[in-house]
Amino acid sequence: MLETLLPILIFAALGVAVVGAWRRVRLWRQGRPSAVPLLKGLAALPRRYLVDLHHVVGRDKVISNTHVATAGGFVAAAVLMILVHGLDLGASEGWGGVLGWLLLAASACMFMGSLFVARRRRHPPARLSKGPWMRLPKSLMAFSLGVFLVTLPTVGILPAGFGSWVLALALAAVVGWGLAEMVVGMTWGGPMKHAFAGALHLAFHRRAERFGEGNRSTGLKALDLENEAASLGVETPADFTWNQLLGFDACVQCGRCEAVCPAFAAGQPLNPKKLIQDMVVGLAGGSDAGYAGSPYPGKPVGEHHGSPHGPIVGRGGKALVDAETLWSCTTCRACVEECPMMIEHVDAIVDMRRFLTLERGETPNKAPEVLDNLIATDNPGGFAPGARMHWAADLNLPLMADLQQVDVLLWLGDGAFDMRNQRTLRALVKVLRAAKVDFAVLGNEERDSGDVARRLGDEATFQSLARRNIATLAKYHFQHILTCDPHSFHVLGNEYGELGGDYRVYHHSTYIAELHDAGRLTFAPWKGGSVTYHDPCYLGRYNGEYEAPRRVLEALGITLNEMQRSGFRSRCCGGGGGAPITDIPGERRIPDMRMNDVKESGAGLVAVGCPQCTAMLEGVVDASAEVRDIAELVADALVAAPSEETAARHRPRAVEVA
Amino acid sequence: MQPEHQGVAVTVLVSVGRHPLTGRARRADQDARGLELALGLEERLPGSRINLLHAGPRCEESESALRGYLGMGAGTGLEHLTLLEQPEGADAIPALAEHLASATPQLVITGARAERGEGSGLLPYALAEHLGWPLVNGLAAVEKVEHGVATLLQALPRGQRRRLQVRLPAIVSVDGAAPAPRQSAFGPARRAQLEVTPLAAERDHELAEWAMAPARKRPKRLKIIKSASARDRFKAAAAKAEGGSGQVLEGVSSEQGADAILKLLREEGVLPR
Ligand code: SF4
Ligand code: SF4
Repeated sequence: MLETLLPILIFAALGVAVVGAWRRVRLWRQGRPSAVPLLKGLAALPRRYLVDLHHVVGRDKVISNTHVATAGGFVAAAVLMILVHGLDLGASEGWGGVLGWLLLAASACMFMGSLFVARRRRHPPARLSKGPWMRLPKSLMAFSLGVFLVTLPTVGILPAGFGSWVLALALAAVVGWGLAEMVVGMTWGGPMKHAFAGALHLAFHRRAERFGEGNRSTGLKALDLENEAASLGVETPADFTWNQLLGFDACVQCGRCEAVCPAFAAGQPLNPKKLIQDMVVGLAGGSDAGYAGSPYPGKPVGEHHGSPHGPIVGRGGKALVDAETLWSCTTCRACVEECPMMIEHVDAIVDMRRFLTLERGETPNKAPEVLDNLIATDNPGGFAPGARMHWAADLNLPLMADLQQVDVLLWLGDGAFDMRNQRTLRALVKVLRAAKVDFAVLGNEERDSGDVARRLGDEATFQSLARRNIATLAKYHFQHILTCDPHSFHVLGNEYGELGGDYRVYHHSTYIAELHDAGRLTFAPWKGGSVTYHDPCYLGRYNGEYEAPRRVLEALGITLNEMQRSGFRSRCCGGGGGAPITDIPGERRIPDMRMNDVKESGAGLVAVGCPQCTAMLEGVVDASAEVRDIAELVADALVAAPSEETAARHRPRAVEVA
Repeated sequence: MQPEHQGVAVTVLVSVGRHPLTGRARRADQDARGLELALGLEERLPGSRINLLHAGPRCEESESALRGYLGMGAGTGLEHLTLLEQPEGADAIPALAEHLASATPQLVITGARAERGEGSGLLPYALAEHLGWPLVNGLAAVEKVEHGVATLLQALPRGQRRRLQVRLPAIVSVDGAAPAPRQSAFGPARRAQLEVTPLAAERDHELAEWAMAPARKRPKRLKIIKSASARDRFKAAAAKAEGGSGQVLEGVSSEQGADAILKLLREEGVLPR
C-alpha cells in the first residue's frame, strides 16, 4: 500500500512545487532588469552558502548547529527519499539497502534538529515571527519522523507489509503533511520559502562582490540620471530590480535585524524585518494583516496594503509603508551586517527615499533646507564657501593650489564649519606636523562630499558635488587622502569610484596607527581614567576598520573597557543617513541609548573617530562620560620624538604623576 | 455649480533668483512663495489652472533656476512654463504686459522684488498700470474666490493682517509673509516643458545707463534709550519702531498731501531745507 502511495505523494508534491516555483519566479520578474551572471552565480552558490552565510549564522552557535542538522538532514533526506521511495530504488539489489540506511540516518539527523527548533519555539524571543512559523517544528518532525518510519520496512527492520492499511494511511498522511510544508510550501509561500528564494538570492545577489573572505560591498549604487524621461528611484515594488525582490522573499523573519536596529530600539516607526516583509506583501499584492512579528513601533499591523504596481508610500493616505518609516533609518547597516540571508535593507531604503526626494519633493523636516544649502553653497549649513578655512586662519595650512604635489591630501569635511570639530581638526594638524607629514588641504576648493545628500535620496545633488570634487582632485598629485570624517572616508573611497574618482583614502585612526608603527610619533603614558571606544558605523561596518583605532588607543597606553555592543555590533550614535535632519520622533533618542551603553561600560571617557558621533554623543544631557576624538587624545599625548642621539643616551627618568 | 468649485486661472510671474552668499542662480524666494500660494489655491479650488511666466534670456543658468519652480509642481497639474525670450538687458514690463493682456488670467501673482537686476520692486506697479488692474501688495493668503471677487489677507508689519476684497482680474505681490515654498523635486523639474516664445526686444535704456554695484546693508538709525531701568530699555526695544509721529491724512486735496510729504522729507533731512 505504502509502495503505491509514496511515489504518488512525492511526485505530486514535486509537481505542485514546480508550478509554485514558476509562479514565484514570475512575481520576482516583475522587477526591473539587473544584469547578473546566472551560471557563475549558481556555481558560486555552494560556497556562498557554506562559507559566507554560515559565517553570519555561526555567530549564534546553537542556531547554527540546529540549522546544519535540520537543513542538512532535510536536503539529504529529500534526495534519498526521491531515490528510495519515489523511484523505488530501495528495493533494488546492491545499493538499495545502503540508500535506505542513509535515508534513516538523514531523517534521524533532521529529527534531532527539529527538536532544537521546537525548543526554541517554546519561549520564542520577541524578534522571532510567530504565526505560521510556530507550526514549523511540528512540520519538520512530521516530515522526518514520517520518512523515518516509512523507511524502516525498506531496510528490513520491519516486515514489508506490517500493520494494517489504517496504519499505512496514517503514515502516508504524516509524510504528506511533511511534504506539503517542506516541498510545496517552499515555493507557494510558507516558512520554507526562505530555502528556495534564499538559495537563488545567494546565487543572483546584486552585490556579488560582497562574498568571499574579508570582502565587503557597502557603497550605494549610482542612479542613472542620463535618461531624462525615466522616473527616478523606487515608487512601486516593481521598481526594484528583480534580484532585490528575490532577496526580500528570502527573509526568514529571524528578526536579527530588528534586534540591532537603533531606530526600532528608540521607538521610531521602523522595523527592518517588517519593512522587508512589507516589500514581500507588495510584490505579491495584499495587506500586511498576515504578518506575525513585531510591528513598526506605534503602527498597528493590518492597516497597510500594496500591490506590485501600486505606490509604496501613499500620497496623503496609507499605502504599503509610511514615509516616516523610511526616514527613521540612520543607514547604520547593523541590519545588513546581521542578516543571515544577506538582504540589503539600506539599498532598499535609499532607493525608496530617492523617489520621495527626486520625484515627489517630500524630504521631511529640515532636509529640503539642507539640500538647498548644498546646492547653493556646497555645504549643508549654508555657510559662505569662502569661510571654509576661517578656523585655520592661524595655522598656515599649506594649500594644494600652491603646492600641486604632496604625499597626503587632508580632506577636512564639513566639520570645518563646526566649532567642536574644529578642535579635532586642529589636533589632527598638530599630530601631522609632529610626524612631519607632507600634507596640504584643498581649502576653499573643497566641497561637501555628498554623503548626506545621497542618503537623503538626492542623488542629483550627490552626483553634482561628487563630479565637481573629482574634477578638483584631478588637478593635483597626491599619494592618498586623509580625513577624520568616516562619512567622507566612505564616500571618497567607496562611492566616487563609480563616477570616475579612484583614491586611496585613510581614516585618521588608521593613518596615526601607521605613523606610530613607523616610529614617527611618541606618546606620553596615559594618565586619565577608564576609556571606552565607540565604533562609528561608517568606519566599522562600512569599511571594516575596527583594529586601527584600538591600536592607537593601546599605543597611548589605554586599556579599553569595551562596551557590550562594540566592533561589528556597535550601536549607531543616531547621526547617520541624515537622521538628525529628518528627525523622526520616537520614544527615546538614539544617542541617549548609546551614552547609556558607555555608562554601563563604566568608562569616564568615550573615544570616537567621527565628527557626527562627537556631535551626537556630546549632545546628550547629563552624560556620564566625556567625548574625545582619537586625534585629540593623540595630540594631547604627543611628546617630542627622541632623536637618534638622545635615544642612545636614553635613561629612566622621573615621571610627573599629578 | 458650487461657487467654491469654480477654478481660477492664475499666472505666476517668476524670475531668476540669486543666492545671497554665492550669487548662484536659483528660484527666487519671493516668487517661489508666490507659486506656493498659487498651488495652495489650486488644491482648494479644483479646476484652477496655474501658468508660470518669465521674460528674459534663455541660458543654462536661467533655465535650471526656472526649472526650480517647475519642480514644485510634483503631483499637481503644473507642467510647463512660458518663457518670453528676450536678450539680456531688455525691458520685461512691456513684454509681460502684452502677454498678460492677451492671455487674460484672473489672478497674477508676483514676488515683491527681484533678486538680481534692478530689483526696484516696481514691476508689479508698472504692470498694474499698464493693464489697468488693481494691485494688492504684501499678500499673506488668498482666502476665497467667489463670483469673480477674491478675498485676500494682506500682511502688515509686526504680524498684523488686513482682509481685503478685490474684483478680478488683479495683480498681487508677495513677500516674506507668504507661506514658505515647498521643496523642488529634481525629476519633475527636468521633465517639465519650457514653452519659448521669442520676442522682439525693447531695450531698457535707463537700465543700460546705470552702474551696478553689490547692495550694502542700509545704515540703521540708532535708538538711544536713556532710561537706567532694564525694564524700560526692554520695553523700548520691544516696542513698535514707528512711534506716534505718523499722521493719517484723510479727505485732503492732492496738493495738501504733497505738501505734507515734502514737509516730512525736509524734516527728516532727505531733502534740503
Ligand atoms: S531581513 Fe534578514 S535579519 Fe531581518 S528578519 Fe529577515 S532574514 Fe532575519
Ligand atoms: S540601517 Fe540601521 S537604522 Fe536603518 S534599518 Fe538597518 S539597523 Fe535600522
